[in-house]
Amino acid sequence: MSTEAPHHTVDVPYLARLARLELTQEEIDLFGGQIGRVLDHVEQMNKLDITGIEPTAHAISVFDVIREDEVTESLPKATILGNAPHNANGLFLVPKVLD
Amino acid sequence: MSSFVPFRSIAETRRLLLSKEISPVDLIEGLESRIAAVDPSIGAYIERDVETAKKEAAAADLSKPLGGIPIGIKDAISVAGQPLQSASRILDNYTAPYDATAVAHLRAAGAVPFGRLNMDEFAMGSSTENSAFQLTRNPWDTGRIPGGSSGGSAAAVASGMALATLGSDTGGSIRQPAALCGCVGLKPTYGRVSRYGLIAFASSLDQIGPLTTTVEDSALLMNALAGRDPHDSTSLDLPGEDFTAEIGKDLKGLRIGVPKEYFVDGMEPGVRSAVDAAVKQIESLGAEPVEISLPHTEYAVAVYYIIATAEASANLARFDGVRYGRRSSEAKDLQALYAKTRAEGFGREVKRRIILGTYVLSSGYYDAYYLRAQKVRTLIRRDFDQAFAKVDAIISPTSPETAFRFGEKTDDPLKMYLADIFTIATNLAGICGLSLPCGFSNRDGVDLPVGLQLLGRPFGESRLLRIAHAYEQSTEWHKRRPAL
Repeated sequence: MSTEAPHHTVDVPYLARLARLELTQEEIDLFGGQIGRVLDHVEQMNKLDITGIEPTAHAISVFDVIREDEVTESLPKATILGNAPHNANGLFLVPKVLD
Repeated sequence: MSSFVPFRSIAETRRLLLSKEISPVDLIEGLESRIAAVDPSIGAYIERDVETAKKEAAAADLSKPLGGIPIGIKDAISVAGQPLQSASRILDNYTAPYDATAVAHLRAAGAVPFGRLNMDEFAMGSSTENSAFQLTRNPWDTGRIPGGSSGGSAAAVASGMALATLGSDTGGSIRQPAALCGCVGLKPTYGRVSRYGLIAFASSLDQIGPLTTTVEDSALLMNALAGRDPHDSTSLDLPGEDFTAEIGKDLKGLRIGVPKEYFVDGMEPGVRSAVDAAVKQIESLGAEPVEISLPHTEYAVAVYYIIATAEASANLARFDGVRYGRRSSEAKDLQALYAKTRAEGFGREVKRRIILGTYVLSSGYYDAYYLRAQKVRTLIRRDFDQAFAKVDAIISPTSPETAFRFGEKTDDPLKMYLADIFTIATNLAGICGLSLPCGFSNRDGVDLPVGLQLLGRPFGESRLLRIAHAYEQSTEWHKRRPAL
């Protein structure tokens, strides 16, 4: 692995908060350097003149796909709730949100 | 009564099933004993439900095109009633509530889903070393990786533990492991196969496809997999197509593009010589090689790791410990529940990509990274549009090197990302691509398979399969088997 410090630095604890992802100090230090090096590589895109180029979100153009609004069977409630870590009375349970 | 023989093709197995020389239940039992004997040294399968497969095999309708054929399924693709985890601890205890449309289509063609196959967690990786469960070993040298992310799907086919498998390909995850293990892997055109029931990694790039021992088998599976699905608005409504229709036709009059950017210094010499020989072989079969240029190739990895991580950070937001999978027992409030569940459930590469994806989408950086990457993506697409105006297909190595050793790239994510340099542009452009065996490269005294990549214009799978089949039948590479 390259030991040279990357040109790019990222605020990993801030990004981890945005991503709702708790990281250890070791992960924060490790990812900071690795992501910085990936961004150094990505910088080569700046060489290109992209004036007037349209962005591509999907390779094959997707247009609005409209269907009839028909009532169909849904998946059984018990099957879906059965996959939840905690459920009761037909609801997903989470820790208390309001005091 | 005939017994199960590993490496028999689907086409040959179907003949034996129809003549009643073997039964679908014999096949499951034969496969299971082969897996029990071989998989302890490979590690392709996470799990198998033999009893359910035998029941379904006993009821299989042999009059259907894939009647009685067992198909192994990557752990990212839903099989109703079976565990599904994308090789991640965050999906502990999750059972797929429904069949992925690809699986439903296989069932409708008479096939029997059998076995969950190992992969890189959430399909993020090129070596299957990122699985939360186990290593998968390359059948040609068990000290080496099988490629990834569909490493289990490729290793199972290449070691005679599956007739065929499903994988998914976001940046090469079907083609690269197929190349490194020595089998046939096809990434269909984006929109050809429904993504419904595939655990999403990068939705604008993901596509399900088959891994098989022969090109003909790949076409047989595509006949079942392709088609419009109301559950996936990006699946396209195209006229029904028989993907075997062009198989057996010769290559006279076809023009094959040889992109100079894919034949660069630094490639493993044995890969270079095998692919050069394959180009000559295809020429001797009547096709005309034409030098072409795909000038934006060098930007593909950069564009990919912005777009794929951005999409992944959004897609993986759904794993929050509330509706499915694992939940941290440490959390006292909702914010901590999300953060701790994700900390415990995701592996290191997944966390790294979520952070990178969050960065490129974050306020102040969106235009510089995500939007710019989408514009360069347009340039990469145009490269292929211009090339396909001149040629019927493009030929290249699938990977710049053969299978590397465990741990060789795990400390350096960028090095691992660059392993996908020849496969990534395909997904960005949405075109179809196929890898098939084209020889061996001797690395440290061991012969390791080399993959030949063929790329086709959107919805050009039948043409690719024709070229691949003609090449395959004119060589002996697909007949070589690893010593297991």
